[in-house]
Amino acid sequence: MNDKIWRSLGLTDDEYALIKKQMGREPNNVELNMYSVMWSEHCSYKHSRSMLKIFPTSGARIIQGPGENAGVVDIGKGWAAVFKIESHNHPSAVEPYQGAATGVGGILRDIFTMGAQPVAFLNSLRFGPLDNDRTCYIFDGVVAGIGGYGNCVGIPTVGGEVYFEQCYRGNPLVNVMCVGVMPLEKLTLGRADAPGNLVILVGALTGRDGIHGVTFASEELSNASEERRPAVQVGDPFLGKLLLEATLEAIEEKAVVGVQDLGGAGLTCALTETASRAGTGMEIDLDRVPLREAEMEDYEILTSESQERMLLIVEPNRKEEVKNIFSRWELEMAVLGRVTDDGLVTVYHRGKKVVSVPAWSVAGGSPEYAEDYAANGGTSVCQKVNKPVTGIENCGEVLLKLLADPDIASKEWIWQRYDYQVRTSTVQGPGGDAAVIKIRQTGQALAMTVDGNSRYCHLDPSAGGKMAVMEATRNLSCVGAEPVGITDCLNFGNPEKEEIYSQFRAAVEGMAEACRVLETPVVGGNVSFYNEVDGQAIYPTPVVGAVGLLDRYEQQGTADFKKTGDWICLLGSPAVSLGGSQLQKSCGGELGGLLPPVNLELEKRLQSLVRCLVRSRLVSSAHDLAEGGLAVALAESCLPNNIGAAVEVTGQPDKISALFGEGPSRVLISMGGENLKNLKVEAEKAGVPLTILGKTGGNVLLIRSGDDIILKLEIGSLRSAYEEVFSCLMK
Amino acid sequence: MKFAVLVFPGSNCDLDAYHLVQDVLNHEAHYVRYDQMTLGRCDAVILPGGFSYGDYLRSGAIARFSPIMEAVQEFAEQGGLVFGICNGFQVLTEAGMLPGALYRNQNLQFRCRQVFLRIENDDTPYTGSAARGDVLKIPVAHGDGCYYAPPDVLDKLDENRQIIFRYSNAKGEITEEANPNGSLDNIAGVCNKRGNVAGMMPHPERAGEAVLGSEDGLVIFKSICHYMEQF
Repeated sequence: MNDKIWRSLGLTDDEYALIKKQMGREPNNVELNMYSVMWSEHCSYKHSRSMLKIFPTSGARIIQGPGENAGVVDIGKGWAAVFKIESHNHPSAVEPYQGAATGVGGILRDIFTMGAQPVAFLNSLRFGPLDNDRTCYIFDGVVAGIGGYGNCVGIPTVGGEVYFEQCYRGNPLVNVMCVGVMPLEKLTLGRADAPGNLVILVGALTGRDGIHGVTFASEELSNASEERRPAVQVGDPFLGKLLLEATLEAIEEKAVVGVQDLGGAGLTCALTETASRAGTGMEIDLDRVPLREAEMEDYEILTSESQERMLLIVEPNRKEEVKNIFSRWELEMAVLGRVTDDGLVTVYHRGKKVVSVPAWSVAGGSPEYAEDYAANGGTSVCQKVNKPVTGIENCGEVLLKLLADPDIASKEWIWQRYDYQVRTSTVQGPGGDAAVIKIRQTGQALAMTVDGNSRYCHLDPSAGGKMAVMEATRNLSCVGAEPVGITDCLNFGNPEKEEIYSQFRAAVEGMAEACRVLETPVVGGNVSFYNEVDGQAIYPTPVVGAVGLLDRYEQQGTADFKKTGDWICLLGSPAVSLGGSQLQKSCGGELGGLLPPVNLELEKRLQSLVRCLVRSRLVSSAHDLAEGGLAVALAESCLPNNIGAAVEVTGQPDKISALFGEGPSRVLISMGGENLKNLKVEAEKAGVPLTILGKTGGNVLLIRSGDDIILKLEIGSLRSAYEEVFSCLMK
Repeated sequence: MKFAVLVFPGSNCDLDAYHLVQDVLNHEAHYVRYDQMTLGRCDAVILPGGFSYGDYLRSGAIARFSPIMEAVQEFAEQGGLVFGICNGFQVLTEAGMLPGALYRNQNLQFRCRQVFLRIENDDTPYTGSAARGDVLKIPVAHGDGCYYAPPDVLDKLDENRQIIFRYSNAKGEITEEANPNGSLDNIAGVCNKRGNVAGMMPHPERAGEAVLGSEDGLVIFKSICHYMEQF
């Protein structure tokens, strides 16, 4: 082939040779384009597949693990939870509103494709510091885009997290998660079974938008990335909503055999994946694809990433029924061709055969890269540099500074731009440890959260990976829910670099171990590599989306202190560290030092105990200790109901560690005095350390160490620091 | 009581209104699609919230041309209760069934949060079970909720006591801070001169269960039921 054209399509010489071998001949240009998008990192996971295999992906509840459009977990009573997280980082970097909006639209389709009614969105975001116009523009655009799509389709956005670090300045992260529910028998897979069945395209017209979006997502960002703006798709949430209603109706009527959404790599991906999963082939006529622009080339039609399109596999005798359902929602459908038994995806255009490729090869034949770099565990050098935070005199000032840091401050400015209530099932909305959505049909509830701390992962990817899983599941446990599975979004730099691949490997190993011990299988997710600008990688940022189950929604707990005179206790590990802490970041210390010890067995016992305490109402509140340590957690529990607290800290080497040190396996609880004795018994039985700290009441947060008052602040001043931070920064 | 809940393409609070009527109030509800010509047997019509036709043009501007709207007009002319919530309110103003218009929120951002409403007129089918001056805690969730009417229309609204809800603080004081969207005179809901057609931007159907944060929306639906029982 002339001039090694495959190189300009992002394929290596070796990959090209492999394609030739798998096809038994040289691919033509159109076929090569199909391979280019499907063998891109984004679609093929060629650098991550070998590592992803180490995740535990099965369990008693798991119905569908990774490999489908979304994971499916049995929640009892004949129902299932369906969920997945995905990244839309690169599109959001160049076109924040549409990048984020189409991220939401894409993950939404992944959920209803399975037959599930979507019930909630969450998101995990990372930006540079909000000290420049460009970052503020990106941040504002992403928030507006998430709201713009989610609000319009009428699925509540109920939770999320956002952090601001220099390393994300040119490469923001936009990870969006969707959760759905369905009766088990509705489960529909993306499979093109049974030769003779029709292959049908429904939804939006196919245009030239988003061509090679997946290859854009599989390279580093640079100054030239602005020119890739056309690779970003444009979302139409109204059409998305109609597609959602019509598709669920078609599934309800059992009128479709298989369903697949068109996302990254467009038709190419949908055709080859559905055929490959079923071991079948397809014969497709591109002239039947409804186009937005006439005269589109064959490869453009095949790789367009126009949004709001779905592929349906339908038995011939159900065609009219399907057509009627979609036309009732004012949607067009086109029969593109039929399923065949030869394993080949054959495509005709303008009367000529233009493609004949083995479905398995395009969809799953890409090489697997498992670089065997020297196992340095991915531990960053700065872990060994122990930089103590010095010069802190006034703990009160530090707490106010932490509360006013955008990482910790109230996120109300963000979430009040999202409709978090629509569908009237949000029994715990944004701002708590986890969001809780009731399932009207069964009386159960799903708790959900997204978590990740990239500072920890930067210092120690393996421990950071473990801690992400621990924190997400702990947040579920704090609202009383039993974790049933996780989905992960693994955001890293360029995996072709040894340092990055080592980080990735270590983080995945850590996460996998935590998942095994905590018995939370991974049911799916997404890997986003090449998060680099001009060669500078982001911190390793694995984000964990976790879903938990409450048998009755009335059992849910919240993090706020409920009444004056309650006892306040710390459950779990006393061990903390300032390494990688919020204090180090916010108070000018250089990031470094050792992370706190990680004890997965203790974490498991703690979470089980906390769930039991919350559900039985033995405790009135439970709140995970995260960034900013005990002092921030206390303030967060005081604020909602204006209830102060007086506590005493002991047993830490110094007051700074006691107040602001961070560590996993720690939960702040409050309860009536009558329950204290029972609590001691339960904690003892569970083998979980319990420290009594003090009592709620008054209008100040007062912290003593022995006879010394080390912090005394009125709730009002905590509030002034904590609230309105974003409205000031974004003026 | 029988409520018809309209469904336009892009409606998304139809389920919530249906659920409230059927499961919380234990009355009957049925959906009526935008492309139908008749409402079926019903005592009241709810136009629910959402983004009809994506709100890509002005909110409600396309939905008001739906075939079903003729039946809704007719139902209202006969004195039937027609209640628009959020996007439903926007549709009713676009259809000319309610005075005024709803502009983009003054801060140009979507707002979802709890607000307080003061009842300005308790002599309507929608507020009969409440008292003037009562304060209700009910959420808003909209991007285009800034109520506007020209001065002469506003005078008429006052004169005819057509303003039923104003945004207030928890104590019932009408303040600028209490106004989530820049609405003129803090207006949150109005009715027609006859009183049988009403619209409001806040979502009373989201304030019908304690577990959702408030039950204050129930008084509006109870007023509707009470009114219908009398006739």
